[in-house]
Amino acid sequence: MGLRIHTDHHRFRAIVRGRIKQNLKDYIKSGDLISKQGEKKLTIPIPRVELPHFRFSDRAQGGVGQGPGQAGESVSGQPQQGSQGQGQGQGQGKGKAGADASEHGVDVEVSLNELADMMGEELKLPRIEKRGSKRLSSRSLKYSGVHTSGPEALRHFKRSFKNALRRQIASGNYDPNNPVVVPVREDMRYRSFKVVEKPQSNAVIIYMMDVSGSMGEEQKEIVRIESFWIDTWLRRHYDGIESRYIIHDAMAKEVDRHTFFHTRESGGTMISSAYRLCAEVIRQDYPRDEWNIYPFHFSDGDNWSVDDTRTCVGILREGILPIVNQFSYGQVESPYGSGQFIKDLREHLHGHPAVSLSEIKDKDGIYASIKDFLGRGR
Amino acid sequence: MPKVLPRDLADLQGVVDEAARVEGLNGFRTIYEVLDFDEMNMVAAFGGFPVRYPHWKWGMEYERLSKTYEYGLSKIYEMVINNDPCYAYLLESNSFVDQKLVMCHVAGHSDFFKNNYAFQYTNRRMIDEMANHATRVRRYADWYGVDEVENFIDKVLCLENLIDRHAPYIVRTRKDRDTDEGERAAKVDSVRRMPTDKEYMERYVNPDQYMESERERVQKEEKKQKTFPAEPARDVLQFLVGYAPLKRWQRDILEILRDEFYYFAPQAMTKIMNEGWASYWHAHLMTKKLMLPSELLDFADRHSGVVAQTGKSLNPYKLGVELFRDIEERWNRGCFGPEWEHCSNMAEKQAWDKKLGQGRQKIFDVRKHYSDVTFIDEFFTLDFCKRNGFFTYGFDKKKQDFVIESREFKEVKKKLLASLTNSGSPVICVTDGNFENRAELLLEHRHDGVDLDFAYARDTLRNLQYIWTRPVHLLTHFEERQVMLSFDGEALKERPVGRQV
Repeated sequence: MGLRIHTDHHRFRAIVRGRIKQNLKDYIKSGDLISKQGEKKLTIPIPRVELPHFRFSDRAQGGVGQGPGQAGESVSGQPQQGSQGQGQGQGQGKGKAGADASEHGVDVEVSLNELADMMGEELKLPRIEKRGSKRLSSRSLKYSGVHTSGPEALRHFKRSFKNALRRQIASGNYDPNNPVVVPVREDMRYRSFKVVEKPQSNAVIIYMMDVSGSMGEEQKEIVRIESFWIDTWLRRHYDGIESRYIIHDAMAKEVDRHTFFHTRESGGTMISSAYRLCAEVIRQDYPRDEWNIYPFHFSDGDNWSVDDTRTCVGILREGILPIVNQFSYGQVESPYGSGQFIKDLREHLHGHPAVSLSEIKDKDGIYASIKDFLGRGR
Repeated sequence: MPKVLPRDLADLQGVVDEAARVEGLNGFRTIYEVLDFDEMNMVAAFGGFPVRYPHWKWGMEYERLSKTYEYGLSKIYEMVINNDPCYAYLLESNSFVDQKLVMCHVAGHSDFFKNNYAFQYTNRRMIDEMANHATRVRRYADWYGVDEVENFIDKVLCLENLIDRHAPYIVRTRKDRDTDEGERAAKVDSVRRMPTDKEYMERYVNPDQYMESERERVQKEEKKQKTFPAEPARDVLQFLVGYAPLKRWQRDILEILRDEFYYFAPQAMTKIMNEGWASYWHAHLMTKKLMLPSELLDFADRHSGVVAQTGKSLNPYKLGVELFRDIEERWNRGCFGPEWEHCSNMAEKQAWDKKLGQGRQKIFDVRKHYSDVTFIDEFFTLDFCKRNGFFTYGFDKKKQDFVIESREFKEVKKKLLASLTNSGSPVICVTDGNFENRAELLLEHRHDGVDLDFAYARDTLRNLQYIWTRPVHLLTHFEERQVMLSFDGEALKERPVGRQV
């Protein structure tokens, strides 16, 4: 049964997340519950909105307790919390607020999907138009009906016997004192199925990052944060999502996620190597009919030579742009990089619908950059 | 939600109800419903009712309950609502012995609801009433907007403790005080006339000029005394319903919420007794009658959970059940009356036993005629206090912590009673609805030694102003000084009033 409370609950979540009713914002308290699981202390955030009342000041009031201890000894725990593990009495949860409302910021627990939605709303991101979803489908069987004929393996006992009983009562052959029901051929019922075609869409994100000497910790941090958000957003839209990671300096190689964010190579930069590998990965594993493909490339904009840049544009034009949903290039500002590459791309690929370019100055720029990348709903 | 009670539980209910009846419990007919944990959390969040008006606070409670349940921190075994018939909910996943215990507990609550004086004026069809309230509020939300209606409810909820908890039981305003105009005029005339039996002396004893000025003076005074409201109104919400410039739907919502506050008030007024009574009976019925030997350990585990004390805080279940047992024993042994009070021989007192056997009768009387305040006042004895190790605590500014202050019986009892008086809320009444002759509202806090929480008071005043629309004032004390807190819709003002107290 759908619980009636869900509307109220939804509304409460919206208040806590600050989406509606800003006037209640000041009354949101975190009220963590702390429980122990083995050695570990678990903090369970339970946000509360406490409406003001005329009430006594806790400190001035004091109270009555029970137990051993000398005068002057501390009363451990909160006074009068009245948390009797069990038995709720008859509602009216009139427990007094704990005296220890922590004044730190309020952590609000949200699920990743919720987070993605919030981001979507905040940045006014369009929903992604999926590609290939109609072409690819998986088939499944759904037992939805009952027929008068079918294989014995699918016979519907309950229905069959009900029919038999009905027939016997109607024809006067049923004796309540000796309730024997014998189904005949006409009484039999069989389950029948339909073939349901389920459209399915898959997506792959290919992250590429420049790890040459000029990309420092700060730049990588930016890439890390940005790719987290991109990941979250795309996962909201696709069920089966795969991620591939490519790092490059003068050479490109495919690595796992951890290495992707933690290696620091040094040396020169040949961006074409990464694009070549990317095109290769796509060609091998992700036929364009079945996959939504999202390559993201982050670099500080320094490339080895003008020639290599030309090669890059060539690979993009031929091998990548025609088959991907969107190619995104994010240029992170770094003290060492020249920042030339984005200009070159702009020059050569200007106006290509599948290209999205963004410059990221610092951490605050991430916000705008995500909007650049994801704002087009491709 | 009408699920049929499973056969085994229905049989069990028959057995438990019969056992309770034989023991003298006389509750409402009880209808049990079995809920899964999610439904249970929902119903509990709704305060025990299946349907409530739409508001986010239920969602908040639901989230708290769901999370604490999910992480295994607490679990609601049972819930029971004051209604005729009495509705009680059982958690589907409870074991059989749990259900038995819960039913015994519920039998106690049901009896208490039906017989305790504090509940006599509560609406026994509240389950229907609540559903009606929900429908009305929903309709207003459709007409005037969800946010608009919810915001108004928020404001009213801030004032929920400004009701007169004792209003149903006493008459506060006497009708005969306000005599009609003619009578008053006669009073003015008759007053201050010097007696004389010589008619010709009249002009000298009561000169016309003097009589005229006297008449004027008295009239002026009368006018001054004719305040509005005539007597301080403790039911602030009632006052607002009557006089605040509200729209119709707002007035209706205010009345709905006020109704519900009054319905719940007796439960707050009898928390210790009610839980104590139910716990007394589940223990009694289980141990004396219904428990199988194999259920002993489970029973002991649950029971100790119910009356457990966490840290040094007070558990109303524990205090209540122990006090009831103490009363029963005292009246069984005859430990009351002047003879007992005046006996100062401890040995004699300890061996005291007049074999009266009035204990059972006494606790039934107590459950009928007392509420928490009077219950503690009369039966919380020096002996009981010492035996159970009560103490008072207060905030130590040096240690920045709550510390034990005293174990003196008098102190403990005083504090305990203070915390129960007016269900732990400050007493605040409307003393002037036309303050400064400008339709402003003056509230007065009857200060009894404990200051208000000022941060809360300010915000509450804002909300009150929203409803009253004209400026509102609160007269209270803060750190030994009389203070007037005012809000005129734009700025909050605080100013000291009069002399040092």
